[in-house]
Amino acid sequence: MRKRARILIPLLAAAMAAAACSSGGPTPAPQGSQGANPPAANPGNPGSLPRNETLYTTGTQWGPPANFNPIREWDYATGTKGLVYETLFHYDPNTAKLTPWLAESGAWTSDTVYDAKLRAGVKWADGKPLTAKDVAFSYSLGKMETVPFHNIWDWLKSVEAVDDQTVRFTFSKANYQEWDFNLYSRVIVPEHVWTGRSEEDVLNGVNENPVGTGAYRYQSHDQDRVVWVKRDDWWGKAALGVEPKPRYIVDVATPSNEVAMGMLLQKGLDLSNNFLPGVANLIKGNFGITSFYNEPPYMLSANTAWLVPNTRKKPMDDPAFRKALATSVDTKKIVEGVYGNLVKASSPTGLLPQWDQFVDQGVVGGSGFSFDTAKAKKALADAGYRDRDGDGLVENKDGSKIDLTLMVPTGWTDWMEAARAISTSAKAAGINVTPDFPDFNALVEKRGKGDFDLLINNERQLSNTPWTYYDYIFQLPIQKTQNTVNFGRYENKKAWSLVQQLDQVKTDDIEGMKKVISQLQQIHLDEMPIIPLWYNGLWAQSSVSVWKNWPSSAQGAPKSAPAMWRNWMELGGFETLTQLQPAAS
Amino acid sequence: MRQYFGRKLLVYALTFVVAVTVNWMIPRFMPGDPVSGMLARAGVSQPAAVEAMRLYYTSLFGFDQPLWKQYVNFWSALLRGDFGISIWLFPTPVSTVILRAVPYTLGLMIPAVLLSWVIGNRLGAYAARRKLLDNTILPAGYILTAMPYMWLAVILAWGLGVVAGWFPVAGGYSFSLQPSWSADFVLDLLHHWVLPFLSLFLVALGGWAIGMRNMIIYELESDYSTYLAALGAPSRLIRRYAFRNAVLPQITGLALQLGVLVAGALVTEIVFSYPGLGSLILKAIQNQDFFLLQGTFMFIVIGVLVANFVIDLVYVVVDPRTRAGMAGGRP
Repeated sequence: MRKRARILIPLLAAAMAAAACSSGGPTPAPQGSQGANPPAANPGNPGSLPRNETLYTTGTQWGPPANFNPIREWDYATGTKGLVYETLFHYDPNTAKLTPWLAESGAWTSDTVYDAKLRAGVKWADGKPLTAKDVAFSYSLGKMETVPFHNIWDWLKSVEAVDDQTVRFTFSKANYQEWDFNLYSRVIVPEHVWTGRSEEDVLNGVNENPVGTGAYRYQSHDQDRVVWVKRDDWWGKAALGVEPKPRYIVDVATPSNEVAMGMLLQKGLDLSNNFLPGVANLIKGNFGITSFYNEPPYMLSANTAWLVPNTRKKPMDDPAFRKALATSVDTKKIVEGVYGNLVKASSPTGLLPQWDQFVDQGVVGGSGFSFDTAKAKKALADAGYRDRDGDGLVENKDGSKIDLTLMVPTGWTDWMEAARAISTSAKAAGINVTPDFPDFNALVEKRGKGDFDLLINNERQLSNTPWTYYDYIFQLPIQKTQNTVNFGRYENKKAWSLVQQLDQVKTDDIEGMKKVISQLQQIHLDEMPIIPLWYNGLWAQSSVSVWKNWPSSAQGAPKSAPAMWRNWMELGGFETLTQLQPAAS
Repeated sequence: MRQYFGRKLLVYALTFVVAVTVNWMIPRFMPGDPVSGMLARAGVSQPAAVEAMRLYYTSLFGFDQPLWKQYVNFWSALLRGDFGISIWLFPTPVSTVILRAVPYTLGLMIPAVLLSWVIGNRLGAYAARRKLLDNTILPAGYILTAMPYMWLAVILAWGLGVVAGWFPVAGGYSFSLQPSWSADFVLDLLHHWVLPFLSLFLVALGGWAIGMRNMIIYELESDYSTYLAALGAPSRLIRRYAFRNAVLPQITGLALQLGVLVAGALVTEIVFSYPGLGSLILKAIQNQDFFLLQGTFMFIVIGVLVANFVIDLVYVVVDPRTRAGMAGGRP
């Protein structure tokens, strides 16, 4: 018995300790969770956020917020750019115009010199004024090789602060289209905080306690959220006469679809920017959930989903084959069957509806394509692809079998279904396409190396100019790895020189742009290096229980993009916040 | 006794080395390259910038070194308690990521596993002796264990969360609160904890109850029980002996459960958006975050080993045969 007591006592003690730990449910570990975090901005008042002053968003952050570094444009915590750090301009896709933001105005003073005039009275969150030096410093960060916008320094020669309010950009080659894109994409950071940071810090720093010019400042974060609180001294209230309404913005790390829907229905979430299959039923039903349109396609269009053939491989190196493939795809089935009409079929040019004015209807009428199995069959036969062994599938011109794989990342269920639909309709026309679902990273690696037959991609978003799309389609030269553009390794020197020519057309010269774009469209439709499928939506479903006046197609409603997505705050996301109204009022 | 524990510890040490090695190997033999994935997310278009970033990150994570050197580095870092930097949540250290998740996982799993074990065993033992209980608990237990966990959890979240509105459906605590030691916050934590706990508890409960019931019946019908009854022992005494024998296999089962509990309940955490280790593992695999994966697996390995060791200790207490074996090696 004594022996037993000797063993029992420590065991009991351990059990009691464990019980003490576990009896209170999940014990928060404030030391553990806050030791590495930036301290809360107002630790004096950790109380609960009032529901009627708080906006809950989700759909941007896919994991714990890890940094507040606006240079890391792909994984900063939601709102770092847009709520805290701002850009010189915003861009309004509806009017296709830049909106002056930190800059009061900007103009080309000569063909290669651009002057931006800053607003007076803009203050950083730490009270120091914003000056032209900050702007020059921020653009100069791009001189570091690992900074994502390093490439502007290929054509930007210098940036200098002429006086406190004027910044002068001098170009070696004026890429007007690309420059406008940069004007609303590049954040301005405070020189007095960032100066002296090493390249490593600039690229990889967490940037705790971000100091920006924006309407919000950091309050706190945890692994499933980040909380922003409004700055009462934001410059825009006086200068722009607008003010974002929510006092607090809580961005929730994207949960599973079921949870996101549950939270929307429980009125715990105001804006969800993720794709929720079947959300049309909630919008049509009386659940207090709205989207931009209350009928198909329900959402604004954000980007184009393309079918990318590897033009270095047989038979995709043959434009006739690519055109036949394009004709064989039943996009309507994808739009209706896979998406339940949440997306729209793309125009043959792939240009987003916001760019409709640039679509040359003459070119599309003459060289465009539409789904037609019989036509696809005929085109294949005419080009010499015939079914020689009677299995209903065509063979290569030399008689060898055609067996193409269509890659989409595993787990992307809507795309997986779309790939199956493409495979079915291609087979109906006689082209043997098999869907394949590798892991995302494996897909990225194969895509970069050009080790694939077909894939679906939508990585270019809406922007100020179709130039970004044509850059994506035609960019040369082909590198050993193609990371972001021209995955199909299509080479056409004439098209690429047209793209460069388009870049150097002034952005207010719509006719000049149309002329170049029309030629590019002709090449695109004749050669079909990449096949447009559908317009992916700007997924946004919002609850009207706490905040109302969400953007919608209805009369009198705001028309801005209801998105918290990275780089979308400048395309209307922030404007949406200023238009909200408390539902109670 | 020293010999017994010495042998055990040696086995544990060997297991640890093998597990750590496997743990190091697995992510490196997965297809795909984590730095490529990271750069793809970065969406940098300029080839020169991409190359510069690739070189930079490859050397930062040490992927440019020969494999054997990566392995040595791994061990030396591990012994210093350094799990590296997460690729997915760059630049957060893996240890920080894990430490933030662990309290939630343990707070959820330990009560769920232990309470379901204790209560399940009790219920099972009663059920073995009462016809009425047997006819009610047994079918209920079968239904609970046979029910797909995912389904039960979704039903709970939907029914008690969305429809009835009694419980929140997501998060470890309200999105409107900040952690503090106030009563409000602790209540809120508990409020969020109930549903995930309940789902785990219910599913485990049935299994333990069924196991215990069958064991007790077996023990009560064995020779020593009959012999005791023939000697005129009170049935209370017989039942107590039967219980002590029947509980042994259940303890082994508990050991296995305790080991994996560190891994968290992946499905629970996804269904209830509960911030724990399980969903971290899934994300780490999806994003090829070698370091986070290694870190979490290391946690599981250590958890399994510690749990087994504790159960070894418990066995010494509850099973006299182990003590006899330790004392002299005689059966």
